Amino acid sequence: MGVLDNAWIIPALPLAGAAVNGFFGRRFDQKTVSAVAVGSTTLAFLATLTLVWEFTRLAPAQIPYIRSFFPWIVAGSFHVDFALQVDQLTVVMLLVVTGVGWLIHIYSVGYMAHEGGYYRFFSYLNLFMFFMLVLVLGANYALLFVGWEGVGLCSYLLIGFFFLKKSATDAGKKAFIVNRVGDFGFMLGLFLIFRTFGTLDIHTVLARVEALPVETEWIGTLTAIALFLFVGAAGKSAQVPLYVWLPDAMEGPTPVSALIHAATMVTAGVYMVARSSTIYAHAPLAMKTVAVVGCFTAFFAATIGLVQTDIKKVLAYSTVSQLGYMFLACGVGAFSAGIFHLMTHAFFKALLFLAAGSVIHAMGGEQDILRMGGLRGPIRATFLTMFAATLAIAGIPGFSGFFSKDEILWQASSSPYGGWALWLAAVVTALLTAFYMFRLIFLTFFGAPRYDEHHVHVHESPRSMLIPLIVLAVLSVGGGWMGASRFDHFLQPVFAHAEELRAQLPHGAAQGLEIPLMLVAIGGAGMGIFTAWWFFLGRPEAADEMAAKLAGARSLLLHKYYVDEIYDAVIVHPIEWISTNILWKTVDVAMIDGTVNGVGSLARDLGQEARQVQSGNGRTYASWLVAGAVAIAILFLWLEH
Amino acid sequence: MPLASYAVVLSAILFGLGALGFVFKRNIITIFMSIELMLNAVNLSFVAFSRMRHLLEGQVFVFFVIVVASAEAAVGMAIIMQVARNRQSLNIERIDLLKL
Repeated sequence: MGVLDNAWIIPALPLAGAAVNGFFGRRFDQKTVSAVAVGSTTLAFLATLTLVWEFTRLAPAQIPYIRSFFPWIVAGSFHVDFALQVDQLTVVMLLVVTGVGWLIHIYSVGYMAHEGGYYRFFSYLNLFMFFMLVLVLGANYALLFVGWEGVGLCSYLLIGFFFLKKSATDAGKKAFIVNRVGDFGFMLGLFLIFRTFGTLDIHTVLARVEALPVETEWIGTLTAIALFLFVGAAGKSAQVPLYVWLPDAMEGPTPVSALIHAATMVTAGVYMVARSSTIYAHAPLAMKTVAVVGCFTAFFAATIGLVQTDIKKVLAYSTVSQLGYMFLACGVGAFSAGIFHLMTHAFFKALLFLAAGSVIHAMGGEQDILRMGGLRGPIRATFLTMFAATLAIAGIPGFSGFFSKDEILWQASSSPYGGWALWLAAVVTALLTAFYMFRLIFLTFFGAPRYDEHHVHVHESPRSMLIPLIVLAVLSVGGGWMGASRFDHFLQPVFAHAEELRAQLPHGAAQGLEIPLMLVAIGGAGMGIFTAWWFFLGRPEAADEMAAKLAGARSLLLHKYYVDEIYDAVIVHPIEWISTNILWKTVDVAMIDGTVNGVGSLARDLGQEARQVQSGNGRTYASWLVAGAVAIAILFLWLEH
Repeated sequence: MPLASYAVVLSAILFGLGALGFVFKRNIITIFMSIELMLNAVNLSFVAFSRMRHLLEGQVFVFFVIVVASAEAAVGMAIIMQVARNRQSLNIERIDLLKL
């Protein structure tokens, strides 16, 4: 009777916390609310650690460890259990979600102390954890879908947390609606899975897929399923063309951004693709799509990140870009490398956001990096931790991001699914990443202060915010030292079949070039850092000259390639036009309202005429009576003849 | 022309007078009397046809009509009494509100 047999306890704890705070939190003081929220996540984290400890003692044959608790949906041949499964992939995800989520909860206690709706915030935060845990623990696609939709709901609630601000509620709606587009594809994928295999049980489905041939020469059901699922993943994990919600999601409080970007939500898509690795391995076309979309997203988002001036927006685009890396890894068949990057990214991106929150906190709400500068002295702890995370995301050797990114770059060039084009784009993206991250650091922490020192009283954050930063800094630095190959070995049973299929294919282009390619990538990152230094510290006027020279390109990037405008023109406005002119004014007002009102006014008009008969005048009635009698008499006489 | 024919003609004349009174008179009591006149005109024709055809049913029917007419007279007179008290008038043209 360990935690492994009662895995439901892990999601149940945050759910209980969410329920207590949600229903009674209004009457609690802040201390009680924090105790409930942080307490429940702490317990969930401890339960996860216990589960992992029990998991390590299982025999390989017992993995995946599936426990079914009760039948959930039974309708004819459709049968879904409330069943949870634990395997190596689940373990990694559980540790990331509960661990990083727990740290973010602790941080939020300090960060949200002066905000209204304290209990509401923590209730949503706990609910978010619950749905994410359901998502990673679910043993069938239906349960996965519950978590999938749940995190979508919570992201909506939290992005629109400051609901009096129109931009915040708009961003919340945008996140929800864009995710619906992805969910549409995901649901089609689920329907197709059920139609093909007659079950939604992940383990059974994947086992049946293994027996099917690889769809190399043709596009079959598996390719369709894989592509549909990827549409869902692209929505949830912010890939082109459905990434537009993520930058706007910065309207939420900073800890929410950290939670969405690191521990929950956006990792769901990557997790789902990795979970379905067998399906993808049988559909090379889908693999190629995933790789190309991921690679393009990584590059595309990185270029937008170059010119953003809002500290959180830069990080948002870097998240989109890093998620692109993860999909690139999945697309070239290196699922474990993708998950490895997911994990290290969770560490350093959570840290970056929390540190950015600490900077914003120190600056009294200022988010524009052009109005910061020289903060390295006043907020030393924040600077050091954020710098560590920046080194990690830039891929500097020795930091966690280096290990995972290098593995992805290597796989992109050497995998049978990969190629030089993917590798080159990924390396250029690595260069861009180093550039924009160091631009952020240099503008924020170095140089002369550009803010009004009389008005802004820069102050270091409270300890409850600094401790999570330090823990995450340690993880960002050391989180990659286990190395990609050991991580790969740990996850090997999950991706065994996909790996087996990949091993049968001819090798990719870059055999035996691992070290030179790695040096090129490091060189690229170094160049990015140097360029950032040159432009923003060395010769700031050079940056202005460059900006003037490339004004066209700069404005294109500042407007984010006009993607939002294009979507507005191509999708939003036509829909609005159709809704207004056809659905509203024609169908609803003219047809539906017209029919309803027409029936009413017809009855009224008829009544208006007919009521003239009821004059109340006795003699009129008498006349009618006699006239009627005469008419009947005439009728009878006429019928007689 | 047999005797019954005269009776039927008389009945028709009486009924016509009753109908005219029913439509054209203004006093409610007169209208009420016109109704009675029409009823009795019908009674007369029942009796005449009964005699002409040597059937008893017509005469039985007359008793029914008399019973119903007396019941109707009791109810009708009560209503007219109330109207007269409330309106201080028996003119049918002034009683057109469909209520007391």
